[in-house]
Amino acid sequence: MSFENMRFSKEHEWVQFEEGSNLVTTGITDYASGELGDIVYIEFPEVGQELKSMEPMGTIEAVKTVADIYAPLSGVVREVNTVLNDDPGIVNQSPYGEGWFVKIEMSDRSELDGLMEKHEYDRMVGKG
Amino acid sequence: MARTIFEKSRAGRRGYRFSGEPAPAPSGIPDSYLRKQAAGLPEVSEPEVMRHYVALSTLNHHVDKDLYPLGSCTMKYNPKLNEDVAAIKGFAGLHPEQRDDDTQGALEVIHLLEEKLCAITGMDRFTLSAAAGAHGELLGMLLAKKYFVDRKQNRRKVLVPDSAHGTNPASAHLVGFQNQALPSGENGEVDLDVLNRNLDDETAVFMLTVPNTLGIFESRIGEIIELVHAKGALCYLDGANLNALLGWARPGDMGFDIIHVNLHKTFSTPHGGGGPGSGPVGVKEALAPLLPEPRVRRENGRYVLAADGAESVGAIHSFYGNFGIYLRALSYIIRHGGDGLRRISAAANLNANYVAHALDGLYPIPHGKRCMHEFVASGEPFKKYGVRTLDIAKRLMDFGFHAPTVYFPLIVPEALMIEPTETESKETLDRFIDAMRQIAKEAAENPELLQTAPHNTPVRRLDEVTANRKPILTAPLEDSTG
Repeated sequence: MSFENMRFSKEHEWVQFEEGSNLVTTGITDYASGELGDIVYIEFPEVGQELKSMEPMGTIEAVKTVADIYAPLSGVVREVNTVLNDDPGIVNQSPYGEGWFVKIEMSDRSELDGLMEKHEYDRMVGKG
Repeated sequence: MARTIFEKSRAGRRGYRFSGEPAPAPSGIPDSYLRKQAAGLPEVSEPEVMRHYVALSTLNHHVDKDLYPLGSCTMKYNPKLNEDVAAIKGFAGLHPEQRDDDTQGALEVIHLLEEKLCAITGMDRFTLSAAAGAHGELLGMLLAKKYFVDRKQNRRKVLVPDSAHGTNPASAHLVGFQNQALPSGENGEVDLDVLNRNLDDETAVFMLTVPNTLGIFESRIGEIIELVHAKGALCYLDGANLNALLGWARPGDMGFDIIHVNLHKTFSTPHGGGGPGSGPVGVKEALAPLLPEPRVRRENGRYVLAADGAESVGAIHSFYGNFGIYLRALSYIIRHGGDGLRRISAAANLNANYVAHALDGLYPIPHGKRCMHEFVASGEPFKKYGVRTLDIAKRLMDFGFHAPTVYFPLIVPEALMIEPTETESKETLDRFIDAMRQIAKEAAENPELLQTAPHNTPVRRLDEVTANRKPILTAPLEDSTG
């Protein structure tokens, strides 16, 4: 798949954006879902909730641990992937596709520039 | 799988038979509360009961069976002398509603244990009410909250290092504080610059574990506490790791304002399927009036159980906590005395260092192999064979050991947190070290053996994913009376 329209946070979230739209899709990376192992529960933010970049917006519970999910960007939550409530394992199978977490309306597009590109992220987790 | 005792029930089977008719129900109980049919208890003979529970006890791992190196849990052997003391008839037969005049001995035990804990930790006052470590933390946070509310200070923030026990932020959150995690320094200790940057007029408490969860003593503890106090905030010690310090260093002398200790860790009372737990909380004089009630006081040569402090946070447990546990802990403290407790910590630290030095190289110890009562190794080198820390832990069970704490603290990848405790002999530690070396070899040569472990236990690898995603929390009981 192409990672051209994706950016990555140091807390292992990804952001997919489109030109001319402030609505972005976010989730956690393949590396993060592999490290967490089997995911059993996700606590999402509320639709309409305001997010501040790099502040916790939810939690993700795996068999062995619980981790915070950080907002990769500031903005407002517009949609939550409720399918994951019934089958959180989708995140392990398809972290960049059906396993997306929330859609955020960015309040500051320039924050995208503070995030990493795929090759930079890969280098950070030792895969590049 | 073993059958339940209800499945073993056969109608009419008894341990003892009594002659004559069953006694009638005592008078005065309203008809609506009287049982209309038998209670549905299992009907089994005495040998069946005995064999049932002995068989169950062999299926589980426990500290009477072998080493239980579960880091941060201090799974030391529970001396049987403790049990003899707790079974003394005058104590075991007490009812909590008895008058103070009838229970002077029990009240003296409580009072004496509080004094001993003050002497061991350097705190001014102790309450024994809290029933577990996390309950003690919760009480500690309630005390801190009331302390600031009474002083009309609006402090809402609690600082917690990222190496802390997960219960620390949870306890602070329950009381309504906002948590802030502080990243640890390179050496695993508190980073004073980070602490300083995050301390402000809104900070209520800094919660700290000493030694920390990496088994490292905070070498700058004096400066840390000075910094926190300079901002008017309180220092809380999670005393889960007190087993490393007995007789060598006292949290009260370091400057901590509130601490909890775990009788079921440091002071050898039952733990892990046993229990109940007990998490006494100690405070400095300024916080003493806030302690929960009731309290045991000595007045005119006799002990009284009093509840009359206007400033108290109130009751946090029925009566005065888990009394039977106090007897066990006091028995342990008195038997060892000050010198004995000091030797306990020395041996606990020596044992952990012995294992750490033996495993270093095979299992990297990112924050250094020089530790106190526990250390955190990493299973990272085995990832290249497709073996994770969980697989190592499962394989250890095949060797007859309980697994270490895994995946905690979060700051060490693939963490294996090992705490042997002082009650293990060198021979036992050597067997454990041999097993860990063998497992490291197997990981490279036959990773599947680890990935499918355990192989020798009563049940094989459990389906933890389904258990978490779709837990079945109830099971129908067969009617045993039919």
